[in-house]
Amino acid sequence: MKPSGALKTWAVLLFFLALKAAGNSWMAWGMKQVPERMSLDPSLYLHAMANPFVALGIIALILSLLTRMALLSLADLSFVLPVTAIGYVVAVFIGRVWLHEAVSSQRWLGALLIFGGALLVGSTARNTTNPPAPEKASKAAAE
Amino acid sequence: MKWLLVALMVSATVMADLLQSHEMKQTGEQSVSPGGFARLLQTIARRRMLFLGVMCNAVSFFTFMALVQKEPLSFAVPASAASFVLETVLAKLVLHEHIGVRRTAGALAVLAGVVLVGG
Repeated sequence: MKPSGALKTWAVLLFFLALKAAGNSWMAWGMKQVPERMSLDPSLYLHAMANPFVALGIIALILSLLTRMALLSLADLSFVLPVTAIGYVVAVFIGRVWLHEAVSSQRWLGALLIFGGALLVGSTARNTTNPPAPEKASKAAAE
Repeated sequence: MKWLLVALMVSATVMADLLQSHEMKQTGEQSVSPGGFARLLQTIARRRMLFLGVMCNAVSFFTFMALVQKEPLSFAVPASAASFVLETVLAKLVLHEHIGVRRTAGALAVLAGVVLVGG
């Protein structure tokens, strides 16, 4: 049995959040080990990519980009934006716990508001503009 | 300088998301599997506007790389959410999405969160 549209959307969302959190963390960790300041010189970026954490981060972020595009095929942009904002809350949490960055109570409150807003939007209809593609609709009707 | 980087990242993100949302709705539902990723890559190669959207993502990504080297991750990542409100408005005006009371309230809560996190 194939998952319903809503279940598939939330599964893809969770996969996206995991990839994005891992990618951001690896990249931030790796970039802190790169001595040069970034500028418009592309060779500096290539040098930064030689760092294994930066390379791992880039691979995870490319996969997260493709996953987000798949998510945009399932749901509205105005739905995807707030629900994926949960990733920002995860980033603040990882910044504090793993990278030992200082996070003020104001930032924690902001993260909480982002999370609450994302949950509110997550309770709305995921797709308001596009019915399922004809071939998908006929397959779903046959199942 | 950090706000200039944020502005460049936000502009590129808005363009990327509008183009990708429009194009992906045309392609039908996609899956996340090795085969699904391969089909998505072929779709990107075929559709010019989708390719442009991915290029905008690249600009946003490199700006983000420069930002995280100078600023903490707990600032850089939430600051990138500034694109959120602009994109929500454009989703209604350009993509003709239905944005009701709950979605608007949620978007405003996220905006307030972004202001607090970045302030």
